[in-house]
Order: sequence, then C-alpha cells, then structure tokens
Amino acid sequence: MDITTKNTEAPPPAPQPTVAEQKRAARGATRPGDRIFLGLSRGSGILLLVIMAAIAGFLAYRASIAISKDDANFLTAFEWNTGLLPPKFGIAVLAFGTVVSSIIAMVIAVPIAVAIALFLTHYAPRRLRGPIAYVIDLLAAVPSIVYGLWGALILVPHMTGLFGWLDEYLGWTGIFSWQAGAPRSMLTVGILLAIMILPIITNVSREVFRQAPQMIEEAALALGATRWEVIRMAVLPFGRSGVISASMLGLGRALGETMAVATVLSPSFTIQTSLLDPGGGTFAQNIASKFSEASELGRDALIASGLVLFVITLLVNGAARMIIARRKEYSGANA
Amino acid sequence: MSTAVADKRPSSTLRGASLPKWSPYAIAVGSVAVAAGIGLAAGLDSRIQWGLIAAILFVLGTYVISARVEGRRQAKDRVATSLVWVAFLLALLPLVSLVWTTVSRGVKVLDVYFLTHSMGLISDTEPGGGIYHAIIGSLEQVGLATVIAAPIGVLTAIYLVEYGRGNLARSVTFFVDVMTGIPSIVAGLFILSIMLMFDMQPFGFAGSLALAILMMPVVVRSTEEMLKLVPNELREASLALGVPKWRTILKVVLPTSIGGITTGIMLAVARIAGETAPVLLLVWGNSLINSNPFEGAQQSLPLYIYQQYQNSQGSGAAYDRAWAAALTLIAFVMILNLVARGIARWKAPKTGR
Repeated sequence: MDITTKNTEAPPPAPQPTVAEQKRAARGATRPGDRIFLGLSRGSGILLLVIMAAIAGFLAYRASIAISKDDANFLTAFEWNTGLLPPKFGIAVLAFGTVVSSIIAMVIAVPIAVAIALFLTHYAPRRLRGPIAYVIDLLAAVPSIVYGLWGALILVPHMTGLFGWLDEYLGWTGIFSWQAGAPRSMLTVGILLAIMILPIITNVSREVFRQAPQMIEEAALALGATRWEVIRMAVLPFGRSGVISASMLGLGRALGETMAVATVLSPSFTIQTSLLDPGGGTFAQNIASKFSEASELGRDALIASGLVLFVITLLVNGAARMIIARRKEYSGANA
Repeated sequence: MSTAVADKRPSSTLRGASLPKWSPYAIAVGSVAVAAGIGLAAGLDSRIQWGLIAAILFVLGTYVISARVEGRRQAKDRVATSLVWVAFLLALLPLVSLVWTTVSRGVKVLDVYFLTHSMGLISDTEPGGGIYHAIIGSLEQVGLATVIAAPIGVLTAIYLVEYGRGNLARSVTFFVDVMTGIPSIVAGLFILSIMLMFDMQPFGFAGSLALAILMMPVVVRSTEEMLKLVPNELREASLALGVPKWRTILKVVLPTSIGGITTGIMLAVARIAGETAPVLLLVWGNSLINSNPFEGAQQSLPLYIYQQYQNSQGSGAAYDRAWAAALTLIAFVMILNLVARGIARWKAPKTGR
C-alpha cells in the first residue's frame, strides 16, 4: 500500500537518467562527428523557425507598403480598386466570405466526419475497416484543383434543385433567398469545402476514437449499455478534444483553400446577405483571380490580404495544437 | 417501456424482445420503395432527392418500429447505427462521383500523343496539344522542392527526437505544427514578396522554394513519428558498444526507420504535386517546353489544368485537355500514395512491442 501511494504521488525518478544523458551528450559532443551532426540537425530546426519568422516579416513589410498607399480603410472598405488614383481597397468582403464559407464547411463536415470516424472504429464490418480507411487516406491526397473542376461540372448543376427548395421554404429568412442565376454562391463553396476537408477530419478523429480506453467500453457493455450509449458515455467524451483539434485542422484547410473556390465561386466585391446568391469572395480566391492583372501596388495589396489570411490560419492552427498538447500525447520510445 | 412485450417475457428486464436480424434490410428496402413512390408521384427528377427521402424514411422507420418493439434505448441505438451508415454512404457519394467523372472525362484525349507533346503553336480552342511541358515542369519543380525539403525535414525530426530538449525543441515542435497549416497561397506570396524586392521575373525554382516550405513540416511530422517507433534498446545497445551518437543515428536509427521515412517523404511529394496556387503566383505557366527551372516561366500540371479550365468556359478542346491532365495528375498522386504505402508495409519497423 505504502509503495503504491508513493509511486502515484511522486513522478518516476527523473534526475538520474538525465544526468547520465547529459554526461553522455557532453562527452559525445566533443567528438567532431557528433558536433557536426548536432549542429546540422539543430541548424535545420532553427532554419524552420527562421522561415516562419521570414514569412511573417516579408509579408508584413510588403503589406505595410501597400497599406500606407491605401486611401480607404484597409479593414473595413468594401472595394478592391488598386488601379485608382488614389487606390482604394479593403478586406471586409474577403474576410466575410472566408469566414462564412468556412463556417458552412465546418457545420456540414464535422458531424459527418465524426460519424464516419465512428463508423470506421465501431460500426463497420471488421474486414472493411482497413480498406475504407485506406480509400479515405487516398481521397485526402486528391489535388484541390481537381475538386474545383468536379465542383464546377457536377456540384454546381446539382445545387439548383436544393437552392430552389431552400428559396421556396426558407427564403423568408433572407439567408436562403435566391434571385436565380447560376448557383455559384457561398453555400456551394461551403459544401465543396466540406467535401474536401472531410478526409482529414475523419482521419484525425478516427485515430482519437481508436485510442479510447477499451476497458471502459467493455465495462459499459457489460453493464448492459447499448452500443450508442457506450459511444456517448465512453468514446465521445474521451475524444472530444481530439475532435475539436481535428475540426480546427480542417478549418485551417478550408480558410486557405484557393483553387476549388476560384473555380466554383463567381466572385464580386459585395457582401451577399443570402448564402444562395452568387458573389462575395475569399482571401485566397481573390489573390488567385486578381493576381495576373495586378500592378506592383496591386500585388502588394494582395500580399497584405495574404498576411491577414496567414495570421488567421496561424491563430486557428495554434489553438488546435494547444488543445492537442493539453491531452497527454501517447508517444513511443523517446518520451 | 415494456408494454406489449412485458407480458410475454415478464422475467427479463434487461433484454426485451428484439427485432429479427433482417429487419434493417427490410426497412431499407421498404423506405427505398416508398421514396421511389413519392418521387414518382411528386414528379421529382433528381435521384439525389429520392435518395434523401429514402434516407429520412429509413431513419424514421427504424426509430418508430424499434421503439414499439424493443423500447426507447434500443431504438436510439438503432437510429445512431443507421445515422452513422447514412453519413458514410452520403460521404461516399461525392467521392465516387469525383473519381468516376475524372476517369470518364479524362480518357477522352489522354493518349501517348497527349503525354508527349506540348501546347506550342496550338491555341486554346483547337484540339490536339498535350502536357509534355507541364509534366517536365512539375517533375523539376517538385523534384527540386524535395531535394531541399527532405534533408531539412529529416534532420529537424532527428533533432527533435534524438537531441531535442528545452525551449528550442519545444518551439520548433510548435511551429512545425503551425507551419503544417500554412495555406499554399501564403507560401507563394512569401516567395513573391522576396522576388518583388529583387525585381525578379517568374521562374520554376521560385515555385520549388514555395513548395519546399509546404513540404518541410509534413516531412518533419512523419519522420518524427517513425523515429519514435525505433525501440530505445537498439540505441542503447549501439551506444553501449561505444559507437558515437551520430553513427548510432546514421547506422542504427535511420536504417531501422527508413521505410517509414521514405513513405512520409513520398506522401509529402504527392501532396505538393497537386498544389496550384504557389505555382500560379511564381511560375506563371508557359505553353512551350522550358526545361530550365532557373530561368523563364514554366508550366506545371495543376496550373495547366487551371489555365485550360479558365480558357475553356466549360466545353471544347481545352476543357477536355483539363480533364485529361487532371486524370494524369490524380493517377500520379495515387500511384505515389500506393507505392509509399507499399514501402511502409514492406519495411515496417519491428517495434518489439
């Protein structure tokens, strides 16, 4: 009894191995081979940090050039005219479009992805689990431009039925009203993004659900719980933080997606209050479609909008990683 | 809860009556039939609407029937099961459609001529032409990116697993994670801002640099996972024999995990091979063959797809070419994936656990 309490209270004796390791490292470092190798590997680690800093620095520098020449408020202006004298451009429309399309994607993708992850870990016939997971891995690798082509050819025409229905029954809300025109709107973009981020959310959630403690599940089953009750009481609470971080990874993808949005959306520089009417834009789509005709100032302005996108994705991904880190991560040999 | 059932089996409170095993199939067939009936009666053209109606009927039917026979808890369980199945089938729909569309549209113009000729002298509306220049550009840009990113990524992972202690390692880990989420267009803008500073014209290697930025964190993450799988006993045995640490890493740790590392690098290559945005900003595209990645605009497969699509307005020769190039790109990415996973299975490290 005494021994067990001691073991649970005090962490395993840490100082001894670290001292030994330090000694070994110190002795090893005197060998030229070791010193070179350590230098190389540490150097490349530092290089990664330098690249991140450089991305922020260079983007901020070019952005500052553009913003200083901007005659309108960069954050709130509703236009993008870099050719005017004085030039006027702002990111309000882009920020709105980016956020709205990503939210639509998340609302659709997260529940379906969680369901598929549960399907793969708890429902699918055992023999099918491997192949299905494999196929989903492959789908995560389909290039976004192909999703864009497919979206423009197949998804957009198939949206007319849904849009008509939404307009007829939910049009009074204002969010789902539709004034005809091709359904190349934010809702279509959101649905396409949802399809694109489905594989990554599914993959990460599946990993988390698979790690859910088997013993608790079996205990619940032994007490007479149905499979759904096991999932609700033992699997989902365990996997909650994992699902949140998976969703945020998917959100990061959706925020920065370029080509699929550029091929499906018919852009305009207005905020559409209805999700069904074409128009609006996202950061990445705007950069891709405005870039080829942009002057030098135009490019700087696009870089400035890219900086905003960079900061947003940085925050989203950072938050996702913090959530993951709070969970004690299982690691193999060198923890 | 137990009304009609209770009098038949009064002794059992844990398990009530249960539906026969074939009941989900029966309900599925029934709901599809009813949905088809509704669809025909209401004159709905879209088969997708039929499918949705069938799915809703199936879930509702399962709940009602099961609640009557088995009780609410079992009914909820069955509904959850059917919802999970419906979600899975629903997700399969666009994905199957995507693959089918690409293959059926892509085979139209995809032949040896298409793979071995460029777009020189061929205007967008004309048939003919090919993707030879795009394949060359893609291979060179992705190859150069791999040459840059793979060593840096592997070395960083070695640092994190074998040496990493303290603040530096922690911040590298964090920023590698964050870097995984950088949108590809931002990586392109970063290189673009450097190029603007030195007044450079677009060229292939600039695209490679942006792709390398996107590739590095992916390589680091996968290599890290693989190195962590190498059992400590191997390292300790080697060190105990007096082998220096760097030789231990090169001769023991890396060979043990080389299969997984190769897999990770190939998956990362597959990911960047499909990136369009940075190439669009930095390499511009070119209808002629330019095999020098250090000078002049080049073409790349994903960019070719985008440009052909933009020029086609949804029909004609350029549109067919876009789909054929998309099929080529998907085939390339899929083959890379399959080979990578084959290597992973073939050379899986023996963890000893």
